[in-house]
Amino acid sequence: MSVLIVGASLAGLSAAETLRSSGYKDEIVVVDGWDSLPSDRPPLSKQVLAGEWPPEKATQRAASHLHEWDLDLRLGLAATSIQVDPDSSGPGRVTLTDGTAVEPDGLIIATGSRPRNVTDQRIDGVHLLRNLEDSLALRDDLDATDGPVVVIGAGFIGAEVAATCRSLGRDVTLIEAAPSPLMRVFPQAIGDFVADLHRANGVDVRLGVGVAELECDPTGRISGVRMSDGSLVEAAVVVVGIGVIPNVEWLADSPLRLDNGIHCDETCLAAPGVVAAGDVASWYNPRYRRQMRVEQWEHAIQQGEYAAKRILAEMGFGDTDMQALGAFDPVPWFWSDQYDKKIQMAGFPDASDEMVLVEGSFAEGRFAVLFRRGDECSAVLGVNRPRHVMQARMKLEASLDWDGVISLFR
Amino acid sequence: MKVSVDYDLCESNAICMGIAPEVFEVRDDDLLYILDENPPEELRARVEEAIKRCPKQALSLED
Repeated sequence: MSVLIVGASLAGLSAAETLRSSGYKDEIVVVDGWDSLPSDRPPLSKQVLAGEWPPEKATQRAASHLHEWDLDLRLGLAATSIQVDPDSSGPGRVTLTDGTAVEPDGLIIATGSRPRNVTDQRIDGVHLLRNLEDSLALRDDLDATDGPVVVIGAGFIGAEVAATCRSLGRDVTLIEAAPSPLMRVFPQAIGDFVADLHRANGVDVRLGVGVAELECDPTGRISGVRMSDGSLVEAAVVVVGIGVIPNVEWLADSPLRLDNGIHCDETCLAAPGVVAAGDVASWYNPRYRRQMRVEQWEHAIQQGEYAAKRILAEMGFGDTDMQALGAFDPVPWFWSDQYDKKIQMAGFPDASDEMVLVEGSFAEGRFAVLFRRGDECSAVLGVNRPRHVMQARMKLEASLDWDGVISLFR
Repeated sequence: MKVSVDYDLCESNAICMGIAPEVFEVRDDDLLYILDENPPEELRARVEEAIKRCPKQALSLED
């Protein structure tokens, strides 16, 4: 038997580890277009960018275990296509950038995502942040300049970079087209709290305004950002954090359904013999009764684990029992560190959900809130309240029932 | 097996508590407490899971 894992990032290597811990002893091929193992990403917008950690500290935990897992690790090789042979039962033939091909019995796709940009041009002083190289290049540019920093996009990356740049003593403007930061994940009241947090720390936060144009000096280096309202913000360095695009282009001619990532069923299965995990996977989470794609650190580990077990069941390995495995129905969890605040959320709130404060207060910057949708608790969110968030998450994993979760706090 | 925490790295994300509450507890002071430094063998899989999912790689296990 053989398993091919496309992508050596968090989800892909978590899958590799789980294949081995499940007793699978046959071939595991792992390919990745990068020449080196992708970094552990959370420190890239924080400790590494701030210069507090040496770059090598942002290494995936898996790096020190690779030798135990007996992987055929082929770095610098990306997958370019899948050809499915209708007469064979496997996932098909996966072609790599060097022209060679792999025909596995099970295929795990974990090709991740890449950052969106506001321009197709390469402009000196304009940065994206995804990999270690990006973090180090941004740090070098911050070292080499002393003018203002403009961060475009107040998602997690943008908000964390803004906080880190403030800690380095830089003037920072944070621009967000939506009415409040982090609106793709947080209800507005929490976004407003985050905006206030940045303002209290000296960031010029501009909401509800887009970017019209990037302006350069005569040498071609960035000099400012022209906003959609006509105003100009001077910039020595610009960081763009406006979300990511799942890496699925290589699958365009494959039979896989591509719709905001790789469309999978509730067991992360994309096609016979093919599963997906991490940023690239869109799957049906039966707990929330909706298709979702989650771009979070812990989620990538969890989904990689599940995908490995699922592909073993698909290949008929050992006594893997789909009945026991069940659907992949996690309560997504993530954290973000900004200034002295640790923001954590478990669950999946809608903008229309009722927010109930259960602990602390916004004013003291230390609180926990629950989000209520009908008779369910859709999410728990805490600021510097890790215990409360985790206790509620444990309840949510058992049941979303509102009464059960609120009883923790009454 | 013996569980230990590197408190220079630990940021009390409390993921470990969610996976193995018998061993890990984050209290109201936001600090992580190890309830059982030498947990019984039947908790090994979950302790290993907690180590794997710690966002700060702050946990370790000695056999």
